[in-house]
Amino acid sequence: MSNQKKLAIIATKGTLDFAYPPLILATTAAALDYEVTIFWTFYGLQVVKKVRDLKISPLGNPGMPMPVPMPVLVQILPGMEAMATVMMKQKMAGKGVASIDTLLEMALESDVKMIACQMTVDLFDFKHEELIDGLEYAGAARFFEIAQDADITLFI
Amino acid sequence: MADSTLDAKGLNCPLPILRAKKALKGMSTGQVLAIEATDPGSAKDFESFCVQTGNELVKASENNGVFYYEIKKKG
Repeated sequence: MSNQKKLAIIATKGTLDFAYPPLILATTAAALDYEVTIFWTFYGLQVVKKVRDLKISPLGNPGMPMPVPMPVLVQILPGMEAMATVMMKQKMAGKGVASIDTLLEMALESDVKMIACQMTVDLFDFKHEELIDGLEYAGAARFFEIAQDADITLFI
Repeated sequence: MADSTLDAKGLNCPLPILRAKKALKGMSTGQVLAIEATDPGSAKDFESFCVQTGNELVKASENNGVFYYEIKKKG
């Protein structure tokens, strides 16, 4: 189908909250019959690790709703990040928000193409075996080959 | 009336759409999928889904916070 619409996403963030936008948009676009590619680069690679440990931090994020107001000096205490992550995951499950595992699985099921930035893999000393199967390893030139043909391109 | 039903109650964006897409995949042209959802965003989302995929939204209603849709699979 040459008239199939195409979406190209660059995903650069590796926190629990920022793992969502690329995966929500990719899976939804796939459901709308788009051909979708995600280029995972820098911290985005954390999302496509086989063993993921994505976290969320209230630190430096004044937009994060907290059950009680929490001064920055309290947010830096050990365990605060882990607590915020547990709370966010519980809240998400309670509200019927899909987990990252589910969305990633659905993205792969719906043939979302995933490219890992080889430069970042080298930079962070990641091994291909640490990342999920089915990734293509390439660089910026490869992204432009895809983006020049895409109807929508997003940088997240 | 519907050929297939999908219970998407309690699920949030984008799961109702993704589940509906999956359900429609296994159906034949002209068959109708009935969906129940509680995500208030689903009202606009199912409209947009149908506009973009060519499936027909034959029914959309709401009762006590439960949204009901019928989607006819495109030819």
